[in-house]
Amino acid sequence: MTATNPTLSPAGDASAPPAGLRPSRRTSIRAVQTRRKWYEIVGLTLPAVIVYVMFVLVPMGFAVYYSLFRWRGIGPPTDYVGFDNYVLAFQDPIFLDALRNNAIIVVGSLLVQGPIALAVALLLNRRFRGRAVFRLLVFVPYVLAEVTAGIMWKLLLTDNGTVDALLRSLGLGSLVRAWLADLDVVIWTMLFVLTWKYVGFAIILLLAGLSNVPQELTEAAAIDGASWWQTQRHVMVPLLGPTIRIWMFLSMIGSLQAFEVIWVTSVPAVRSLGASATMATYMVDNGFFARLWGYGNAVAVILFVISFVAALLFQRFLLRRDIEGAVTGRVN
Amino acid sequence: MTRRPVAWSTPLTYALALAVAAVSIAPVVYVIIGGFRTTPQIAADPAGLPDPWVWDNYARVLTQSDFWKQALNSAVIALGTTVGVVVLGVCAAFVLARYTFRGREGLYTFFTLGLLFPSGAAILPLYLMLRDLTLINSYYAVILPQIAFSLPLTIVILRPFLSAVPRELEDAAAIDGAGRLGFLWRILLPLSRPALVTVGVLAFVASWNAFLLPLLVLGDADLHTLPLGVQNFSSQYTSDTAGILAFTSLAMLPALLFFTFAEKQIVGGLQGAVKG
Repeated sequence: MTATNPTLSPAGDASAPPAGLRPSRRTSIRAVQTRRKWYEIVGLTLPAVIVYVMFVLVPMGFAVYYSLFRWRGIGPPTDYVGFDNYVLAFQDPIFLDALRNNAIIVVGSLLVQGPIALAVALLLNRRFRGRAVFRLLVFVPYVLAEVTAGIMWKLLLTDNGTVDALLRSLGLGSLVRAWLADLDVVIWTMLFVLTWKYVGFAIILLLAGLSNVPQELTEAAAIDGASWWQTQRHVMVPLLGPTIRIWMFLSMIGSLQAFEVIWVTSVPAVRSLGASATMATYMVDNGFFARLWGYGNAVAVILFVISFVAALLFQRFLLRRDIEGAVTGRVN
Repeated sequence: MTRRPVAWSTPLTYALALAVAAVSIAPVVYVIIGGFRTTPQIAADPAGLPDPWVWDNYARVLTQSDFWKQALNSAVIALGTTVGVVVLGVCAAFVLARYTFRGREGLYTFFTLGLLFPSGAAILPLYLMLRDLTLINSYYAVILPQIAFSLPLTIVILRPFLSAVPRELEDAAAIDGAGRLGFLWRILLPLSRPALVTVGVLAFVASWNAFLLPLLVLGDADLHTLPLGVQNFSSQYTSDTAGILAFTSLAMLPALLFFTFAEKQIVGGLQGAVKG
């Protein structure tokens, strides 16, 4: 490994060229150095660039192309239909239901998880015995596979299952619903499962953000006579701003793509009626399983455009300052 | 801090911490314990405790189902993804952190753009492409796209780490005869081990839990991963509630164990991602 780049080490080369190089020789060494540098740059980045372009960027390009055809996935697509697939999608009430469900999940996740996570994180932002264990336990739902969590809740929520039994034993039997079959209830059940799965992530993220706030600030606020509540309201929450916005961003993108939990928890019949479908489940149901490849790809493009535009807008207006280092700024 | 707020808030803190922790893990504990009951027991009293405790469900899953095969498939795919992400990510992040050249920031932005690309949306064309490459029903069909979709975050996390190492160290290494690659291998990588572990753990967990991509590209049951196995088992033996609970518990176990050991890295990685 030592000799991989001798041109960089003056000590190693010193023996070869005589003292007092002529200018022409010096420039040729520099040219060799530059060429070598470019070899390294290209050689080291090319594998990553190829894999990234091929499996992240190219497929989306193909999706746009396929979406313009009526195509069952056999042989090359030939039946060009222009934007018909897009028009069809927006005329399908089930797809409109899926859009509505995604909106419910996006807004519901933000409105339910945000306040819970913020309250818990602020109240628990102190040393107490078992804090490490607490962090571990709260994070468990997030680490579980979506499928595992989905199946688990499916079993718990079946008719006359554990949840119903618990509610009855608490004297709340009147609340019992067909959680996974009632078309008006199922999307809210999904929102509940998603909240359970992801609120721990929000709590941990906010706790991590709070641990970056210097102790001196809270002490200074206390000296100035601020109550605990005032300190949280005027010191902690504003300082948490960047963390909160990043969480909102991640939550929003995740909600727009919600698939696994809904796929395994709600039965296909309920999904196909639109009660619990999301854009992603609708896309896989129609594109992959019903073999409507052109149509499915059109849905993929719609999903992509919605997510991408939402991400760009969010970044443009809310996130710019927070991830300057990551997306727009330069290192050093 | 004065004493008074601590005095009243401590019981409240504990009560809240306990409540949140209980809600988080109660369902998981229920599933694990439920695996020790029989299906008739569960049907008669869904919220009860095992009486008597039955080992049969777990034994059945471990000996008669495809659990081990699926766990092995998951492990191979997750390891392949992790190694690929770390190697490709380190190489790219190294260049972006320690070389000065025209177009460097452009290349970085090009990679970070991937953070905005929803992996779910690309799944149909991805399937078609993998089919055309005849990669369907192979480990590569899962590993390669997973590497690709993990690369942006990996590079975003690694680059600041790699560029934080002082220039003087690089110069010192050069004087001692190490080239730039020698510097990467002998000094930079050992120094940035925490960051490497973080991106590795994130990629591993994401791959271990992945469902949508394997669902589409691994039609061959011999290649199924654990998430597919859980889903299949639960839809195949719908009446065997106890068996499903046992299978689900066993499928959760590796992720839970792995997480217990790597919790710091995961949280650290999230923090790193937040800070950019």
